[in-house]
Amino acid sequence: MGMSLQQIVFGVLSIISIISALGVILSKNPVTSVLCLIVTFFTIAGHYIMLNAQFLAVVHIIVYAGAIMVLFLFVIMLMNLNAEIEPQKRNWLKYAGAISGGALLLVLLGALREADVTPIQPAASDIGLISNLGKTLFNQYVVPFEVSSILFLSAMVGAVIIGKREA
Amino acid sequence: MPVQYYIFLSIVLFCIGVMGVLMRRNAIIIFMCVELMLNAVNLLLVAFSKMWADAGRVDASGAQIFVFFIMVVAAAEVAVGLAIIVMVYRNSQSVDINIMNRLKN
Repeated sequence: MGMSLQQIVFGVLSIISIISALGVILSKNPVTSVLCLIVTFFTIAGHYIMLNAQFLAVVHIIVYAGAIMVLFLFVIMLMNLNAEIEPQKRNWLKYAGAISGGALLLVLLGALREADVTPIQPAASDIGLISNLGKTLFNQYVVPFEVSSILFLSAMVGAVIIGKREA
Repeated sequence: MPVQYYIFLSIVLFCIGVMGVLMRRNAIIIFMCVELMLNAVNLLLVAFSKMWADAGRVDASGAQIFVFFIMVVAAAEVAVGLAIIVMVYRNSQSVDINIMNRLKN
């Protein structure tokens, strides 16, 4: 078995990310689900580093593990959710959901198994470095960048208005 | 390394997210599974960006900018979505998704 170092790292990261993703949907306790999702996000950041997207890996960790998952954890602890009061679906609905998800998996795998794509080279490239991404972002994508700032402002106002007690 | 590996990994993660949305009743878990699906798509975009960069395209970093904007939109979406879930919890003392049945009347 002549496996390169890159393939070994890919295999280990993939196994961890799939197992922890299964942990998200199978664990009874919502806090365990959040912790499993954080592990999944860290492994996805590892994949980004392997794909020469260093800046995206750092942003991914800061935004997802640092901000979004802390928000989820905060809300879950605020509501005091735990495994005892976790609402459970009826069993046949669970099986129906699993079977339909598995059918989608099979269809997508079968459709893309023979996809004609060029392989990834192990050599490092510098497209993911912050200088290149910054030049691209502020030369070609300035307008979407400014629009996203307006989106953020409106999302912030919306969250405050929805969260107010007497709206 | 074939880019098919990344396609298969993204498909598996996406389908796990779909299964979670279909199998669970807790609104917060369903929301987390949607985040999982978004991340599967992001991973695929980054893999294709690397593939085109290796093939010699000079504008391959556009895909990474696209992933960056997806993260921005996801952050805004989480803020509003969690505010809605907190409001539903405050009104009904539950995050069960079947509470939303009341919207019918």
